[in-house]
Amino acid sequence: MVVYVYDKTFDGLLTAVFDAFARKSFPDLLLAEGEALPLFCDEVVTICTDDAKVERVWKGLQKKLSATALHCLTVCWLSELPDIDLLLFRYIKKAFNSQSSIELNFGDPDVLEVSKVWRKVSHEKHRMIEFIRFQKAEDGTFFGAMEPLYNVLPLVVGHFKDRFADQKWLIYDLKRAYGCYYDLQEVREVRFDSKEEHLLSGILNDKLMAEDEKLFQNLWKAYFKAIAIKERINPKLHKQHMPVRFWKYLTEKQG
Amino acid sequence: MAVSAATCSLEKHPERRKILIFVRYTDRPFISVSIYMDESVIDKLKILAESAKYDVSCSSSGTTRSNQKGGIGNAAGWGICHSFAEDGRCISLLKIMLTNHCIYDCAYCINRRSNDLKRATFSVTELVNLTIEFYRRNYIEGLFLSSGVVRNPDYTMERLVRVAKDLRLVHRFNGYIHLKSIPGASRELVNEAGLYADRLSVNIEIPNEKSLQLLAPEKDFQSVFKPMSYIQQGVLESAEERKKYRYAPRFAPAGQSTQMIVGATAETDKDILQLSSALYQRPSMKRVYYSGYIPVNTYDNRLPVLKQAPLVRENRLYQADWLLRFYQFKVDEIVNDAYPDLDLEVDPKLSWALRNPQAFPVDINRADYEMLLRVPGIGVKSAKLILVSRRYGRLGASQLKKMGIVMKKAQYFITCNELPVRTINELSPLSVRSLLSRKPGRKADDRQQVIQFEE
Repeated sequence: MVVYVYDKTFDGLLTAVFDAFARKSFPDLLLAEGEALPLFCDEVVTICTDDAKVERVWKGLQKKLSATALHCLTVCWLSELPDIDLLLFRYIKKAFNSQSSIELNFGDPDVLEVSKVWRKVSHEKHRMIEFIRFQKAEDGTFFGAMEPLYNVLPLVVGHFKDRFADQKWLIYDLKRAYGCYYDLQEVREVRFDSKEEHLLSGILNDKLMAEDEKLFQNLWKAYFKAIAIKERINPKLHKQHMPVRFWKYLTEKQG
Repeated sequence: MAVSAATCSLEKHPERRKILIFVRYTDRPFISVSIYMDESVIDKLKILAESAKYDVSCSSSGTTRSNQKGGIGNAAGWGICHSFAEDGRCISLLKIMLTNHCIYDCAYCINRRSNDLKRATFSVTELVNLTIEFYRRNYIEGLFLSSGVVRNPDYTMERLVRVAKDLRLVHRFNGYIHLKSIPGASRELVNEAGLYADRLSVNIEIPNEKSLQLLAPEKDFQSVFKPMSYIQQGVLESAEERKKYRYAPRFAPAGQSTQMIVGATAETDKDILQLSSALYQRPSMKRVYYSGYIPVNTYDNRLPVLKQAPLVRENRLYQADWLLRFYQFKVDEIVNDAYPDLDLEVDPKLSWALRNPQAFPVDINRADYEMLLRVPGIGVKSAKLILVSRRYGRLGASQLKKMGIVMKKAQYFITCNELPVRTINELSPLSVRSLLSRKPGRKADDRQQVIQFEE
């Protein structure tokens, strides 16, 4: 068994692809630095991420795959699934070995699997765009928090930057403990050393809320109740469209 | 205008809580205007949302527009649902009425003149602020504004247009606006509405003119189809203009939609679907919605007594609608004189396949796109997947299953690389039907039975 040890970054993965083709030996397992090795392995290779190699692999891929397929690979990386690196490695290897582009060959299990993971992550991205709820803080910043299954925050920032260009906002990923802050000019990634209450619960404290925030929350809750047609109540469909895991952070589902 | 309205109410009610909102005028940026919003708005919101909820449409698709400098909002072409009500319907837009006062007395409508219910009216400023503040909190994609008819259609329409105009010009709102075109409104007002709204709609409600006259004596088809054709002309003219001048204004870029009530009158599914099919022939018509009749005015004996809304029939109509729009079916293939109503037990596509066994089995590795679409268990996505993947090699049953084709249904209608032959032609349509229709163990909903109308 051939084991590659790398730094668990996307660049690291691309370097691993470069080294594998250079050494003509391909890994059966990709491990993070410090992870326990399997009992029997023939060869352990440690990968040092190298920008020049990354650049060459990416350029090579651009010749083999369309821009859409390349974007698809980065989106899949954000899924952070345990075996996603090995899947992407196999996909990239197949892409290089094939004469023509493999991206539409959905009869191939790896290509199909990549497209499925892409669909899952895109779905979660869409859910974040739908279900994030902003609460207006005293200083005029709009604060919204969520726990997305996959690391989709980088994918939604563009949408919110365009849409809410004239308001300051902070979108916070509670699970991964980082957020994106927009200050009317540009979006910055932010991390906080000391966690205040709302960075753990996702809900602004009454003291931090803007004066009119409670009123609009109540208006929205009242609207949400009024718009449902009693004769057609359908809890199963309701939960299917709006899974229970989101309810904690949805204004209309609180209290 | 907004300023004066606000100062008036300031003088009248100094005790109300003050909310500062910065309003941007197009020519004079950043004038601060103070506007009052308080608990009384909650009551109005409840009343007017209750009145608006029977309108089905809530889609925010059809327009792609990015934000402009200094403005708020954008529109995503695919539409975004922000929440789902407890009945499972999507909440994308703030669906609300400007007022639920109405001069008409239509039998099927909750807001009819003779109903004794709480009435309320929003002021233009209140509604505009509500929309903007909800939008800023990512609650909604925009506004879907409708109204009861007060005084006359033009007076009402003019006030609807004013809300849209304020949102677009004063607040530079780039989100989605869907305006209801009031039946009987004049051409000028419809044309103005088209400049600010993304989508306009006029509801047909009753698919047959005779039944409409019976239930809504003050309305006729003319008052519905006239505004429809105004909208269509507006859309076509603007498209023509934009070919010549790139920045010519867009007119209702997301087209128009309409709605029909199902089950309130004796029309068959054939009548309904033929009308929708004719409507889809018109270039600007994007969606026809079907709304299962909910007995809101039980005392009116012109309407049938139902135990429950005909939800299954409504669902089958939507499925048939999809076949018309995305599956290249013709309306006569779905319903015709021999089969005037849709099958409540199986979906319309399966029903067509069972009636036409001679078209099957379809060879997955050879058939063209149109034929793939007709196989029960294969949707638009799967048909496209098959189309691109079979270039790389012949596809087998296990691959199809992994791709997401519903083999439970499709197996009787296809041949592929290694699938055993036990198709509809060997089994007979009747036995395939019993294999695929509802399991006997599951209780059928007896409230969904067909209601007989006396001629």
